[in-house]
Amino acid sequence: MLLIPCPVCNMARPEREFRYAGEAGLVRPHDPGAASDQDWTDYLFARANRKGVHEERWRHLHGCGRFLVVTRDTVNDRVLQSVPA
Amino acid sequence: MRGFSFLRILQESVSGHRGWREQWRSPEPRKSYDVVVVGGGGHGLATAYYLAAEHGVRNVAVLEKGWIGGGNSGRNTTIVRSNYLFEESAALYEHSLKLWEGLSRKLNYNVMFSQRGVMALGHTVTDVQVIKRHVHANRLAGIDAEYLDPRQAKAFCPILDISRDARYPVLGASLQRRGGTARHDAVVWGYARAADALGVDVIENCEVTGVRRDARGAVSGVETTRGAIGTGVLALVAAGHSSVLAGMAGLRLPIESFPLQALVSEPVKPVMPCVVMSNTIDAYMSQSDKGELVIGAGTDAYPSYGQRGSFQVASSTLDSLCELFPVLRRLRMMRSWAGIVDVTPDRSPIVGPTPTPGLWLNCGWGTGGFKAIPGSGHLFAASLAAGRPHTLVAPFGLDRFSAGRLIDEATAAAVSH
Ligand SMILES: Cc1cc2nc3c(=O)[nH]c(=O)nc-3n(C[C@H](O)[C@H](O)[C@H](O)COP(=O)(O)OP(=O)(O)OC[C@H]3O[C@@H](n4cnc5c(N)ncnc54)[C@H](O)[C@@H]3O)c2cc1C
Ligand SMILES: [Zn+2]
Repeated sequence: MLLIPCPVCNMARPEREFRYAGEAGLVRPHDPGAASDQDWTDYLFARANRKGVHEERWRHLHGCGRFLVVTRDTVNDRVLQSVPA
Repeated sequence: MRGFSFLRILQESVSGHRGWREQWRSPEPRKSYDVVVVGGGGHGLATAYYLAAEHGVRNVAVLEKGWIGGGNSGRNTTIVRSNYLFEESAALYEHSLKLWEGLSRKLNYNVMFSQRGVMALGHTVTDVQVIKRHVHANRLAGIDAEYLDPRQAKAFCPILDISRDARYPVLGASLQRRGGTARHDAVVWGYARAADALGVDVIENCEVTGVRRDARGAVSGVETTRGAIGTGVLALVAAGHSSVLAGMAGLRLPIESFPLQALVSEPVKPVMPCVVMSNTIDAYMSQSDKGELVIGAGTDAYPSYGQRGSFQVASSTLDSLCELFPVLRRLRMMRSWAGIVDVTPDRSPIVGPTPTPGLWLNCGWGTGGFKAIPGSGHLFAASLAAGRPHTLVAPFGLDRFSAGRLIDEATAAAVSH
């Protein structure tokens, strides 16, 4: 169980209060009609799945309800940073 | 390779068992190979074995960063079944199940495949509808499938609590009698031994750290902790580490890696004659020949390479199992562990070529690829030998994501094993 610091609530709270919301920094194609199949594939499916420092979105669902960008080391699961999205 | 037989056991037993030798070599890597397989799990070793046995491609190396079977192939709960929903998946897993049925004889190695039946429980009206749909689809696909009412389910697994006021009432179940379990290490060792005997180099303690490409961008070899090795055909079969390896060739995959846990109890007398699984509560259980109850849990909620898994995931599975099987309440767990599984958006594997010439993938088997080892190795070897995907794996190409042809076993069942 992770202990995730919420910068909005200003407290470290147990993982169960949060919902994982995927890799951070994915940008939806700005002009959907002009985007190629490859652009859509990259956005919808391709992931860095990094072994090491990973930026990801979490939502403090059972707290303030805000989305956060959490930086975590995926090898030892240590949370390095947590900022509002 | 000297085969195993009753006569040999007899000979060895009268001569003090001094004649048993290593079952495969530990060769030094050569300068180059026709095919290099990265990952010494079941899928990689089976691929190498069928390349050598059925296609005459024997100049093959399997590179394993640790020891063979140290990944998910040696960590899983060994459930084997083929009752998937979609035609493409059913055909693929059924091909594998048929190979399981003759595997011990084929490899001259007892993989302890036991067709004790796999029963999946439904606890809600929706569960039962989903189960019935699966049973009908399976029968249309020619796969053995039965629907059981609660009393029939209890007859098949007597320690099941089917009382109406149970926390997870059993409203119905599906049964695949040809499903069952096998001995995971034996599968890995059996393929390694048979591949080695045909000339395949199984190279342990050899981590791939880079992928070399020529001026055209095609694969020309790999860098490893034991030096550079040349090859024109590179097959990545690295399960949870597939994204890391594909990244070495500049490829981003539709895969995320999650810890998946299993536990075993202290050994007890035989109480479980079959495999019972319940997707709704993420619990999977069978009994090993040693008497331990082998329990599979769910994945963590977030991707990770930490081979542990969260406590609350395992404990919630145990809570549920104690409700389904009240007789187990005082049983102690001996060990728990996790493996890193490679999960795709549609929970179906990725088998086939990539946009990089010479680079092939066999991954994305996620939480349920043990059962697929013989079939995947067989069909992937045929694909590598022919230079194009075999018809049974063709629907599972990387291109299905841009084409929108997902094989969505995720929404079909949301099963872990
Ligand atoms: C707890 C658990 C329970 C499961 N239960 C079931 C089940 O009941 N039924 C079922 O069908 N499936 C189950 N599975 C899934 C199944 O175990 C896997 O799908 C299957 O074993 C994958 O086999 P593999 O050969 O692809 O991968 P692995 O066995 O993981 O082999 C991959 C190998 O690649 C090696 N490797 C990684 N990176 C490198 C590198 N850079 N260089 C060299 N080598 C490298 C690794 O060390 C590893 O040995 C379960 C998995 C887990 C973790
Ligand atoms: Zn908060």
